[in-house]
Amino acid sequence: MVQFTLPENSRYSKQPGRRHRAPAGARRVREFHVYRFDPDSRQPPRVDVFEVDLDSCGSMVLDALILIKDTMDSTLTFRRSCREGICGSCAMNIDGLNTLACTRPIDTVEGAVRIFPLPHLPVIKDLVPDLTQFYAQYAAVKPWLQTRAPAPEGRERRQSPADQERIDRPSACILCACCSTSCPSFWWNSERYLGPAALLASHRWVLDTRDEARAERLAFLDDTFRLYRCHTILNCVEACPKDLNPARAIADLKRRLAGGEGG
Amino acid sequence: MSAYPVTDHACDVVVVGAGGAGLRATVGLAQAGFSTACVTKVFPTRSHTVAAQGGISAALGNMGEDDWRFHFYDTVKGSDWLGDQDAIAYMCREAPAAVIELEHFGLPFSRTEDGRIYQRPFGGMTTHYGKGIAQRTCAAADRTGHAMLHTLYQQSLKHDARFFIEYFALDLLMQDGACRGVLALDMATGTLHRFLAQATVLATGGYGRTYFSCTSAHTCTGDGGGMVLRAGLPLADMEFVQFHPTGIYGAGCLITEGSRGEGGVLRNSEGERFMERYAPNAKDLASRDVVSRAMTIEIREGRGVGPRKDHLLLHLEHLGADVIHKRLPGIAETAQIFAGVDVTRAPIPVLPTAHYNMGGIPCTIDGEVLTRTPAGDAVVPGLLAVGEAACVSVHGANRLGSNSLLDLVVFGRAAAAHCAKTLKPGAALPSAPKAATDAALAAFDRVRHASGTRPTASLRDEMQRAMQKDAAVFRSGASLDEGCRAVGAAFGAMAELCISDRSLVFNTDLVEALELDNLMRQALATIHSARNRTESRGAHAREDFPARDDANWLKHTLAWVDDGGAVRFDYRPVQLATRSGEVESIPPKARTY
Repeated sequence: MVQFTLPENSRYSKQPGRRHRAPAGARRVREFHVYRFDPDSRQPPRVDVFEVDLDSCGSMVLDALILIKDTMDSTLTFRRSCREGICGSCAMNIDGLNTLACTRPIDTVEGAVRIFPLPHLPVIKDLVPDLTQFYAQYAAVKPWLQTRAPAPEGRERRQSPADQERIDRPSACILCACCSTSCPSFWWNSERYLGPAALLASHRWVLDTRDEARAERLAFLDDTFRLYRCHTILNCVEACPKDLNPARAIADLKRRLAGGEGG
Repeated sequence: MSAYPVTDHACDVVVVGAGGAGLRATVGLAQAGFSTACVTKVFPTRSHTVAAQGGISAALGNMGEDDWRFHFYDTVKGSDWLGDQDAIAYMCREAPAAVIELEHFGLPFSRTEDGRIYQRPFGGMTTHYGKGIAQRTCAAADRTGHAMLHTLYQQSLKHDARFFIEYFALDLLMQDGACRGVLALDMATGTLHRFLAQATVLATGGYGRTYFSCTSAHTCTGDGGGMVLRAGLPLADMEFVQFHPTGIYGAGCLITEGSRGEGGVLRNSEGERFMERYAPNAKDLASRDVVSRAMTIEIREGRGVGPRKDHLLLHLEHLGADVIHKRLPGIAETAQIFAGVDVTRAPIPVLPTAHYNMGGIPCTIDGEVLTRTPAGDAVVPGLLAVGEAACVSVHGANRLGSNSLLDLVVFGRAAAAHCAKTLKPGAALPSAPKAATDAALAAFDRVRHASGTRPTASLRDEMQRAMQKDAAVFRSGASLDEGCRAVGAAFGAMAELCISDRSLVFNTDLVEALELDNLMRQALATIHSARNRTESRGAHAREDFPARDDANWLKHTLAWVDDGGAVRFDYRPVQLATRSGEVESIPPKARTY
């Protein structure tokens, strides 16, 4: 049977972590079970329980995390920035699904809200994973416009609305890593399989009528691991908080290679 | 004080910040062959440029007649004549080339039927000096900032720029009045790093988080402005804070002005399209300060909606599902998530929300940071500023929508070009500034070991609520007196700061405290500058001084904030003349839309 090698600090202690009580008089209390890991403490990871008073909290999971940090435990560590689903900072695993804390309403979770870092990445601290490799995979597909013909002097390259529409949605990827870190193939082979986010990015440039490196891009992907480790599990589609479809992009890349477009 | 090992990095130029302006500068410097370190507290595509929606202005004329001189006129008028006309002329003239360059970089702009860049109307953007409505704002659906930031990051990958990601800049290293670099904290390891460079470019964005309710990201804490103040240098025009008319009621998330550009309208509790009364010509597309004031008056006079009659409604239903899904898909998503509204069927509850800082680090068109001496303006050697952190000033007292993305690329590029002209790759650096390093380390150590009684969150909340109440859309002498007192008290309470997280790795408790110091100083500069300016101009509306006063106040405020929280002022003249000779200066006149 195949076995995963789990990244360091993935297993947390079965010993219960700390419990932080709700303020006296709180009437609508919800438990948040949050993965904690502090590398400086030399202790194994644990899960802390925070009793959050929903009456003094905004509606999103990120609001609860901020309330916890501001009023219960300022050592709780997570990334956040735009709080409106466009910067991709607060990606984490909430109630078993990778998503953005800022756009996930608390009331869509039943019972205790369980929050873990994005899976299968090394953890730096608490809910902050190390995304170095994820970013390197993005860079590996050369995600910039490649052309040979010089650009028209003083004018834009023309592109029809229909051609633009094909790159419009895939361009909206926010690099949150929800898709790649939900993918079992990525868990097994993250050092060699590019993963759904990088492949979606590559496909966006393959589709762009202005780009002149389509054959090279496809040839780069024509590899047992880089592309073909996608086994159409479709977790990526389920996870994407922006409703993008990396699986369809990957299928199109495979189809193009099968049709000989990779040169 | 603990002994901190410091790792040195010598480079030609260090850029602090990786939003639109920082990345454009970084790309330009890398292209020019400079060894460049881009130091950023968030991964580049998380910078707040990503949240800009509506577009970037440029008189391309793709969708009707246009001319950069019309754009120039609109921007001068939008600035309520506080903008420097030489800088505005430069920006508007460079705009078409800057946008074409972004397209050549691969930015996925929306397109017209004939394949050109799609342009939409925006507030205050006109043709023929106010006579017609211009379609000048180049858009990638309603996520233009996202498209731009990702495109610029892609270009920086192409040019193999060097990034120091999740490095938090602590302080400028000043020596003999010149900037020698910057000290930064590597958040992932808790180690300290000194970047020594011929030039330091501050591209650290705005300080929107001085307000309780704002469209700005949590990370918009104006770290560059804070560092400049701590270095004993002034900030300019800090009283001018833009309130965006359409933040989502409650959540504060931005709904682009492009939604009104595409035909959306604001209505009050009586169903009236009230902007027709306040701005008979431009209506809902008047300048942001004008619309925000009108909305505030409607609410005050009892025509707000909701159980507390404290907000208004933005209607998009009449645009039809096709236009909404093609041109405003992000708005539809944001309104659904944060207001529970299907915009094809129901209006969005909105409220003027703190959005943008016209003020910032005073600088020249080339980005060189300025201070003021008895002899006049003086350049601070080795220090540049670009983007929202800077005050060139092209936005004056009020920025026009879609001029900020333009500002980022035009002046990011100009700063890189200025370095290319004045510096040599690989030139020797002066010896490392020891006194400045020691002072910065001591300041860092104080915050790291802060053990008072007030957590960062409680001090921040106290300051934000005071700013929200007393430095809002309308201001008065009495509210500003109270605000100066309240913000001063919050700043004083920083002596009681307490940090709970004593660890080194990714200590966000510590970083938020360091950010708070930056916010506090700029909140002081803002509210004191607002009390000091006894006139109304652009976004600064004084109820006790309702008229613009060109005789006394056609000048830029410079504010210094000392470590005790005392604020001192000086002034710079507004540049009314244009230097190019290509466009006539626009003399001040009454501003109506």
